[in-house]
Amino acid sequence: MLQIIIYITLGFMLFGIIFSTLRFIKGPTAADRTVALDTLTTISVALLVMISYISHRFIYVDIALVYGVLGFIGVLVIARYLEGAL
Amino acid sequence: MEKSSSGGKVTRFLFTWFLLFVVWLMFTSTFATQEVITGAAVSWLIAIPTNRFFTNVRLHHFSPLTLFYIVEYLFIFLWALLVANLDVARRVISPTLPINPGIVKFKTSLTSDFAKMILANSITLTPGTLSVDIIDDTFYIHWIDVKSLEPEECRQEIAGKFEKVLLKIF
Amino acid sequence: MNELLTYAGMVLMLIGGIFLFLGGLGIFRMPDTYNRLQAGTKATTLGGMSVILSIGLLEPSWFVKTLVLVIFIALSNPISSHALARANYKRGNRPYLKGGSEYDQYKEVYDPQEKPDKEEEKA
Repeated sequence: MLQIIIYITLGFMLFGIIFSTLRFIKGPTAADRTVALDTLTTISVALLVMISYISHRFIYVDIALVYGVLGFIGVLVIARYLEGAL
Repeated sequence: MEKSSSGGKVTRFLFTWFLLFVVWLMFTSTFATQEVITGAAVSWLIAIPTNRFFTNVRLHHFSPLTLFYIVEYLFIFLWALLVANLDVARRVISPTLPINPGIVKFKTSLTSDFAKMILANSITLTPGTLSVDIIDDTFYIHWIDVKSLEPEECRQEIAGKFEKVLLKIF
Repeated sequence: MNELLTYAGMVLMLIGGIFLFLGGLGIFRMPDTYNRLQAGTKATTLGGMSVILSIGLLEPSWFVKTLVLVIFIALSNPISSHALARANYKRGNRPYLKGGSEYDQYKEVYDPQEKPDKEEEKA
């Protein structure tokens, strides 16, 4: 039962990643790509936590947190750059 | 904004230190002695240079009544988040994309910067709205389905229920 | 008790997966950057929060740490979307409007001739 739910959720996440990647490739502006990157970051954080549960490794949760912080800072820096304030 | 008296500075530092220490404890999720001591020392060191930028909230803002309002706010917020997501889901799935976007503005009666930040974050996560800019006390909100262009009606529609609780907290 | 937690975790995980998918779909379908931000931020925030919380429920010893992640996502996602929306407007990308230009009330603040650095406070 839990196995099936995990597979279904991973499938949904895969399609979410596919659609955001398509937007990331299509653009048309830099801000659109950054929006797609932000979404991809959040999905990846959730995915890392899922992977840590599947492979029973507690340490991956730390990696998810660090990745979330870095992605957040990255998006903020890109936003400041696009604003022309950097 | 409050005058920064020396007593205010101390409680601000203590609040920053306390918050950092709680995050440390939650993150290590252990009560082993050396972890706790290291966490207290590290968060003390970090709080010294950062408490000036971090917040204007002092410890004296916290009373049992405030905690009750914070819990009430949390429930309003979670409900709004759920409604917002169902709303987004409906708009994304329906083949005609039923949107009528625009940017509206309204003035808030909140004074503290921290309360404004909380309000802006909540607005972003509630149905159909996204805060674009805050200039002094004017909020500029991107609204996916504009119902009114009058500032007062916008305020009632977008921020009414959050503002009421936030005014009680701050 | 443990079974109850497992069932709650499974339901939350499924809901989260669906909302993460809807976030991706919304980003793909919406007509302009602001609407993409709307769909992307809201759906992925709730989706990510409930997937991570579901893992916390399935593995109760991880619960506190997943709670840190959930709080972090709830705080950081709106801030980054707000920064992106403002940066996008300052770059000159106007929102897609169905009802004509009076629907854009932000226009009055921003004058493209003015240097954006002037109104920046020291960061």
